[in-house]
Amino acid sequence: MAGRTITRAHLSEAVYQEVGLSRNESAALVERVLEEVVGALERGEMVKISSFGSFSVRQKGQRVGRNPKTGDEVPILPRRVLVFRASHVLKNRINGVEEAVDTNDEDC
Amino acid sequence: MTKSELILRLAELNPHLYQRDVERIVTTIFEEVVEALARGDRVELRGFGAFSVKERDPRVGRNPRTGEAVKVERKRTPFFKTGKQLRERLNAAES
Repeated sequence: MAGRTITRAHLSEAVYQEVGLSRNESAALVERVLEEVVGALERGEMVKISSFGSFSVRQKGQRVGRNPKTGDEVPILPRRVLVFRASHVLKNRINGVEEAVDTNDEDC
Repeated sequence: MTKSELILRLAELNPHLYQRDVERIVTTIFEEVVEALARGDRVELRGFGAFSVKERDPRVGRNPRTGEAVKVERKRTPFFKTGKQLRERLNAAES
């Protein structure tokens, strides 16, 4: 499996092919979509994309970590982390499971 | 924010586009990611993060209700690693 790495360029090309805007505008729209998602996450909002998955921000408390090389204890400061949960549609597609019906997928 | 809210927001920012086209743009972007992962490809979006597929080995699981042993086949799981810039932005916003 795993060969290629898909990048922004591939996404803008797909938008260009699909919608027929200019390449420049397609690239700008891909960027805008990502930027809107990031903006919502920065505000602490959850982002739910049906048939794809959801992104949420979780607050982590401080804990003691360890430098694996030296064994020194170092505090890991409180921070916000991003959690991605794939929808069932995405999990099934990755495992080659055909969706019987296009159900309302609330579980993203 | 949901997918439809994202579409509305994008339509608002791009009044020259038909809403139908905005919908297609958003759908195409996420669909491309899904198709890439289904092929076993990686998707790397600098500053945002990277999607990849991890293989989970077959194992013997247990039905938590009955305690019965069940075979879980080899399966593939999508995985997302947050990009450095996004991680930094999430934390800059807070402080």
